[in-house]
Order: sequence, then structure tokens, then C-alpha cells
Amino acid sequence: MILAIKLAFRNLMGAGLRTWLNVLVLSFSYVVIIWLNGIMKGWDYQAKNDMTHYEIGGGQYWHGLYDPYDPFTLSESHAPIPTEFKNEIENGEMMPLLIAQGSIFPEGRMLPISIKGIPKDQTILKIPTQKLDTLTDAIPAVIGSMMANSSRLEEGERVTIRWRDANGTFDAAEIVIAGIFSSNVPGAEANQVYVSLKQLQEMMLLPGHATILTFADEKAQRSEVDGWVLKPKSELTRQVDEMIKTKSYGQTILYGILLLLAMLAIFDTQILSIFRRQKEIGTYVALGYTRKEVVMLFTVEGTMHAILAALLATAYGMPFLLWQAKVGWTMPVDTSQFGMAIAPTLYPIYTIGLVATTVAIITITTAIVSYMPSRKIAKMNPTEALRGKLQ
Amino acid sequence: MEIIEIKNLIKKFPVGKGEFVALRGIDLNIGKGEFAGLIGPSGSGKSTLLNIIGSLDSPSDGTVNVLGKSVGALSTREAAQLRKSSLGFIFQSYNLLQVHTVYENVEFPLLLLKYDAEKRKKMVMDALEWVGLTDKVKSKPPQLSGGECQRVAIARAMVKRPSIVLADEPTANLDAKNSHNILQTMENLNKELKTTFLFATHDEKVINYLHRKIFLLDGKVEKDELIRSN
Repeated sequence: MILAIKLAFRNLMGAGLRTWLNVLVLSFSYVVIIWLNGIMKGWDYQAKNDMTHYEIGGGQYWHGLYDPYDPFTLSESHAPIPTEFKNEIENGEMMPLLIAQGSIFPEGRMLPISIKGIPKDQTILKIPTQKLDTLTDAIPAVIGSMMANSSRLEEGERVTIRWRDANGTFDAAEIVIAGIFSSNVPGAEANQVYVSLKQLQEMMLLPGHATILTFADEKAQRSEVDGWVLKPKSELTRQVDEMIKTKSYGQTILYGILLLLAMLAIFDTQILSIFRRQKEIGTYVALGYTRKEVVMLFTVEGTMHAILAALLATAYGMPFLLWQAKVGWTMPVDTSQFGMAIAPTLYPIYTIGLVATTVAIITITTAIVSYMPSRKIAKMNPTEALRGKLQ
Repeated sequence: MEIIEIKNLIKKFPVGKGEFVALRGIDLNIGKGEFAGLIGPSGSGKSTLLNIIGSLDSPSDGTVNVLGKSVGALSTREAAQLRKSSLGFIFQSYNLLQVHTVYENVEFPLLLLKYDAEKRKKMVMDALEWVGLTDKVKSKPPQLSGGECQRVAIARAMVKRPSIVLADEPTANLDAKNSHNILQTMENLNKELKTTFLFATHDEKVINYLHRKIFLLDGKVEKDELIRSN
């Protein structure tokens, strides 16, 4: 085997440009596959991280009737905060959230919104709720940048808000935008207006009620509470997982095409080698190789393209990948309208597992593609091969 | 002492639905240290016989014993082992590994025998000295003349000190001067190392050097002429 590696290396170096063209194409596959996978991992991390910080915390309890996809359930999906959570809420380890439907009228347009009542002093989410603690004749409210963009509202602006209280009576007031935050999480920003929990409870005539209870510690063991549904973080981020899985399938096709192109080059080279190097094959046999050993030599030679490509990819790919991890990849379009938690700039994350898997897949695929045409050698007649006679 | 013993050797090749008989009952013995040649026109069966002796091909019938081993009964691995350890080949078109240097080409058989680097280096340099190519160690075959290439091929065949060297039309691509140089080199090696040389040729220049001339015609030994014994 060592001899085969040694000879294969000599042969590859001797083949010159042909070798390096194949190696270049293969190395490109390495870099692109690792980079795209890194972007996916980075996106996954960023999406879950942002969701944790701006929307779901360490997990949630939802009121039994709450369905985020059915706004008509909102008027019923609230209940008094269960007493067993009193301590956790007082310690700041849990945060009640009341959700109501309403409308605002920026520039005379009516915009349906969700009004979220959130404790001013909460620290579980990164929403700047301390800005709700503002003394003003209007109701202080905080909105996300996506909402600010769509409603063209700016900090300090006032706008009329209308809602329907627990008795079904419409009421209206004026809110002032006390703060605008940016989270990359559509669920936390799009058409969401945050006011203080107490304020919303008063507005809705629902003192002590909540729709969602968000807790900080995702690892703590939690039991079911009557009338409330436990939503662990893994369940709340499942959508992200599924979305990334779907994207990954699409990417796999891209990898497949990239690998196919690289493998075509290797396959072609192997076929050409066997066609052109018949005399050489015969010579190896005459000098004492068995045909199987020659098959092995040609397979190692083909596979070595993948090894050289990994080295070349390290030489030019590593600086590129590290640079990308530092500066990130800025999406060429506005991502705020994508409806998913995606930052304008994604920072790829590379793991040893990712690099090792990519190298293993490419090397094994190259070995198989190199072996397939080389099998022909095993059927060659060495005396014909020595004469360079086509077989 | 006979190192090649051939008895009633028959070799047939399938041609279409029929078959072509290339060797028709060859009986032949070659002793250690002989400088012999199979002489005959194209199609007489000399290359076929050489290939069978070299265990690159197998007999259809009859027996061929090379160094006490029956070629027809050898497995692929055993045949490869025989070639690797005891046989050297010289071809008409040199068959050098084009991307390897002269040194690497000559070193190749020793790599197969798994000799250590130091021993390899000494043996390669000795072989290159025999053929007068010590100044070309780093050259590659495309940079060499035909004569030089054939000398590299001789060095490669001789480097492992094989018992038998099989040379198939070794001078066919060479001019008269180079042919004589090559043949003189081989004759000297035969004298010095007692290596058996068996040629397949129809080149007069080679024939004049042979110590034993075995004439083949239509797959049969027509005449076996000993010119001088070693």
C-alpha cells in the first residue's frame, strides 16, 4: 500500500497540469461544500439564538386555547397566572405575556396588530422593555424594526391604537413609540406592539391574566399545568429545524452537482489513463505486479486527487473560510420580508465534524469513481498491454 | 544446469470461431548463463515463447519449467512473484515509466522487492554504472535518446540481479552504433554476472552476438545452433 501511494504520488506529479486541474476542481468542491454547510450551521445557530433572546426564552407555557396561527382564538386564550409559578415570576425566572388583537392607524392607514403585554422589568427576553417605564400622557410602546419599517413609525411618534376589551367593547388610546429594537425574528417584530403587562391587563379588563408564560431555564424539569400546554424550546424551534432541513435538501442537490462535475473529471482522467497507459500497465505486470495490484495503484492514484485537493483547499480555502467566519456573508436582498428568523449577515460556523465528513465523503466518492474504470485492468491481457494494443 | 525446460509446448489463440496455433510442440532447454536467442520471422512464435517463459502468458499444452517452477501451474500471485524476484524484461520500445526519472525507473523493481533505501541506492547506482548512465539519474525518459532509454531498460532489468533476462527485439528501434553498444553491455553483464539472456529477434546485429541461435519457424524449432559455450 505504501508503495502504491508512493508510486501514485510520483505518477500524479508527473502528469502535471492534468492532475492539478482535477485537484483544483475537487478542492473547489471542498471549499464550497464546507462554506455552504457552515452558512447553514451559522444560520441555524443565529436563528435559534435570536428566537431564544427575543421570542421564546428557554421555553414556554401556552394557554390551552392559544393558537398563534388563529387570531380569532386570542380573545379566549388567556387565564389567571397559575399560582404555582408565583415564585418563579417574582424571581424573574418566568415572565407572563398577555396577547390581544388590535389595530393602529399610522398615517391614517389601519394596520392590524398583536398587542403584547410584557413586564417592564423582565430580563428573560432582550426586548428593551425598560423603555416602557416612561412617564407620558400616551401609552409607552416598543416595536421591532420590521414593524417600524412597515408602519413607517419612528421613535417618539404617536399613533392611535384600538382594541376590544374582555367585554367586547372597542376602546382606543394613543401610544408613543418609546423604543425600536432589531432582532431578526419576524415572530417577535412583525405587526407586534409591546406595552407593559399591567397596562394591557387594564386595557383588556383582565387583571392577573396571561396568554403565554416564558421561562428562562430550558433545562429545568417542568410538569404539565392544568389549562396550560408546555412548549419546550426544541418544539418551539422545530420550525427552524424543518426550514433548515428543507434548505439542506436543496443544498445537497448543489453538492451533488458539484461532486458530479468533479467526479466526471476524475472518471474521465482514469479512463484516459487506462487507455493511454496500457504499455505502462503491462510493464508493471512484467516487473512483478499482479493485475489486482495495478488496479489498486490506479485506484490510489485517482483517490489521491482527493487528498491533494484537500491540501490545496486548505491552502486557499482556509483563509477564505476564516475570513467569512469573521466578516460573515451579507445577503444580497432585504431579509426582513422572508418571514423567517434570518439575519442580514450570516456568519458561517465550521465544526471538525463538518470538515471531517466533507473530506470523508469526497475521498470515498473519489475512491469509488477511481476504482470503477480501473477494474478494466484486471481483465487485460498483459502481453497485449505491453504492446500497447487496445483492449 | 538447465534453468528453462520446455517440453512439447503448444500455444493456441482463439481467432474468431477457430484458433491459431502459435507454438506447435516446442522442446527446448536453456542452461544457466547462456546468451541465447530465438530467431525467426514475424509470426514464428518467438515473442509468444518469450512471454510464456516470462510467465506473462500460459501454455495451452505441454510444460514450461522456469527455475524449477511450472509456469502453467502458477497462480497469478506466484507468477508475479517469479517475475518480481527472478526475471528481467527488456522490450523493443523500452517501456520505461515516462514520468519517473532514470533513477526511479531503475529503482522500481527494488521497491517491489521491498529493499531498504540504502541498499536500493547502491544497487541502482551499480546498475547505472554498468550501462554508463550515472550522469543521467535525474533525467526523465523523454529527455533521453533511444540508445540511452534502452540502456535504462537494461539497468532496470539487471538491477535486481535476476537469473534470467528476457529481451524482446531490444535493438529494433536503435541505430547500428547504439545496437552494438547495447549488445556489448549485455554480453559483458552475461559474462560478469552469469545472468542468462534470452532474446527474441530477427535483427542481424543481435544474431551476430548470440552464443546460441534457436531458429523458429511456424511455431516449431527449426534449428538449434550452439556457436560457443559460456
